[in-house]
Amino acid sequence: MKDIDIKISFAVMGMMIILVGVFQSWGVALSILNLCLISAVMSMGVNIQWGFAGLINFGVMGFLAIGGLATVLISVPPVIEAWSAGGLGIFFSGVFIILTVLIVFVINKKFYNFKYKNYLVFIIIILSIPLLKIFSGPSISKIESINAATSGFLGGMNLPIIFSWFFGGALSAGVAYIIGKICLGLRSDYLAISTLLISGIIVSIVKHEEWLSRGVKNVIGLKRPAPYEVDLQNSDWFNNLIEFLNTSKLSKILNNIERQDLLSQLVISSSGVFVKLCFALIFLFVVCFLLYFSEKALRSPWGRMMRAIRDNEDAAKAMGKNVVKQHLFIFMLGSAIIGFAGAMLVTYDGLFTPSSYQPLRYTFLIWVMVLLGGTGNNYGAILGAFVVWFIWIQSAPFALFIINLFTSQLADTNAIKLHLINSIPYFRYFMMGLGLLLVMRYRPKGLLPEKILKN
Amino acid sequence: MDFLNAFILISNFIIVPAITYGSQLALGAIGVTLIYGVLRFANFAYGDLMAFGTMIVILFTWYLQSKGITLGFLPTAILAIPIGIIFTVAISLFFDKTVFEYYREKKSNPVTFIVVSLGIMFVLNAVVRIIIGPNDINFMDGHKFVIKASEFKKLTGLDEGLAIKSTQVITLITTIISCSLLFYFLNKTKTGKSMRAYSNNEDLALLSGINPKKIIIITWVIVSILATIAGTLYGLDKSFKPFTYFNNLLPIFAATIVGGIGNPLGAFYGGFLIAFSEIALTYAYKKFLGYLLPESLEPNTLIQFISTDYKFAISFAILVIVLIFRPNGIFKGKVI
Repeated sequence: MKDIDIKISFAVMGMMIILVGVFQSWGVALSILNLCLISAVMSMGVNIQWGFAGLINFGVMGFLAIGGLATVLISVPPVIEAWSAGGLGIFFSGVFIILTVLIVFVINKKFYNFKYKNYLVFIIIILSIPLLKIFSGPSISKIESINAATSGFLGGMNLPIIFSWFFGGALSAGVAYIIGKICLGLRSDYLAISTLLISGIIVSIVKHEEWLSRGVKNVIGLKRPAPYEVDLQNSDWFNNLIEFLNTSKLSKILNNIERQDLLSQLVISSSGVFVKLCFALIFLFVVCFLLYFSEKALRSPWGRMMRAIRDNEDAAKAMGKNVVKQHLFIFMLGSAIIGFAGAMLVTYDGLFTPSSYQPLRYTFLIWVMVLLGGTGNNYGAILGAFVVWFIWIQSAPFALFIINLFTSQLADTNAIKLHLINSIPYFRYFMMGLGLLLVMRYRPKGLLPEKILKN
Repeated sequence: MDFLNAFILISNFIIVPAITYGSQLALGAIGVTLIYGVLRFANFAYGDLMAFGTMIVILFTWYLQSKGITLGFLPTAILAIPIGIIFTVAISLFFDKTVFEYYREKKSNPVTFIVVSLGIMFVLNAVVRIIIGPNDINFMDGHKFVIKASEFKKLTGLDEGLAIKSTQVITLITTIISCSLLFYFLNKTKTGKSMRAYSNNEDLALLSGINPKKIIIITWVIVSILATIAGTLYGLDKSFKPFTYFNNLLPIFAATIVGGIGNPLGAFYGGFLIAFSEIALTYAYKKFLGYLLPESLEPNTLIQFISTDYKFAISFAILVIVLIFRPNGIFKGKVI
């Protein structure tokens, strides 16, 4: 039997989710499953960078935010008045940015022997910031003043939201190219800190450029790749389906009106479950697709080369492998997957809230998933995502149980007990930290360690 | 042309706040850089260590206040700082013993250290929030201002006022004292010199008979003292909120790297550089130029380089610029 540990661990995880469905509700179970699947995509992205190539990327939050921004740019209908008011100004500002980048690029290429090149580039960048403000300032304030309460931004392209997943991936890869050019030459701990800080810059841009993303005013009511609950409740086929599924339950009730009431209740409750099920199927497809290709990649000559670079960079260089180029490529690839996941997350939530991007939840938690699950092993990354997200959600009831167990001697009005019960949400951080420390100590390669491939 | 008013304006809105913020960053950055120099890893749990120390200080301040003990015009928290330091040192040494020592003996790579410091960050984060809650806490008491803007105007007869909060004075004095003590310790005493030797070349230091265990314990003690002081000063000046402390880790890291990681003096300057650029670049110079320029040239826009929304982003951008042009920091890093 090969891969028995993988099968057992996934079976256990599936059982846990089914148990949640039976004992809590199917809606909760499916929303846990969906977020597990999205997290699995994120952790696979990180795993490609860290597990395959040994690149430490603490900028996960930034790429997720870019993916989220992509959903807005693709799926929201364009705001015509805003475009006519300030579109031209924004266009010229874009041209200006491209020109500045080109000038810097040309200086770097043509004058690479020039003694004061770095200072020249520095001065150009510093000068371009106020100039850009002069260019774009008036049009930005015009755009933001149009229907400030409901829109106040340029809007998007009004395309189906599925496209935004790919656009989010592409956009993330583009940003990753720039970041990679700057940072990838740095040593591991520098790289960690600088990617963390750059992701902070990205999030603050997304948060404060209101003409682009509505910023802290959030974008709500995004499109969905799945049907809406209300449409389902009004459609005949869904009503018939629910009636068919619950035939035994309904047939027990003889009174026609009561029966109709029960049916409509069942339709309302199961429409939510149905929507989540649709999402789950789409996400499952994405995860399987990615898993298939990363497994292929891992076993391909390219995967072997990446592992060789990771394990001994100098030897790989000596064999004629272009380490810098491969690092940049894999950094872009992983970031694209993370951006894809960011778009999926926003699509599932149905709203884009830039202020919710915090490093603890969107960078470090994803890293805990990868490290817990098993670096370098795709199944491990997925398992880590499932386990960590499951604990993240279910730690509150667990903490309540523990607190009640230890404070059973105290009265219900005891101040310490009440204080502990109030701070239940924070026990999840504690469990994450403890889990990470224990795994790093006793199973440093994760729950499902990387398999040494012999072929 | 009105140089005096312009100067007071700049002092009030840029120089005084930047010196305060810079001192807080500098104290934090020296702590991070010492850990990096001696223990050779970037400690991501540092922000939460600061929060932990401040939390103990706050709890003890409350205790003192409930007993009716105050320091008159000074904040009571100053009395509580030693207790905070004791607890922070204890928890640092506890984590060193239970977590870091194992990896040190195994000679793990720096990334493993970063990852376990993430684990400690999560744990400390939870401990602070469970004990004191996630909300804003203002524990400043005593006199709020050394001089108020209106008093200053009355005193000097100028149009512009200069307000100096007592926390700003306390921050500056504490920073000067603790930094001079620290640099005296590092440069003049035998233990400090052996610490620098250990940081510079571990093997050579071991050959010269320096006890690494002692060095590591001393480092944690110094770092915890700095973390508690920096955290308390920041909390007195603004307010205490666990989440802001975690976020402050980012500019502290920027200051550390800008100054050259592992170089305490560099970290000190780095803190001030970051603070001054954050505040000076987001300040609107319209009024300032109004005092200096003749009336015909007075600007009609705000003359603000970058909007205040990007205050944090500035420190990160400085870091990126430094990383591109001088990857070792402005001052050569990796020696303490």
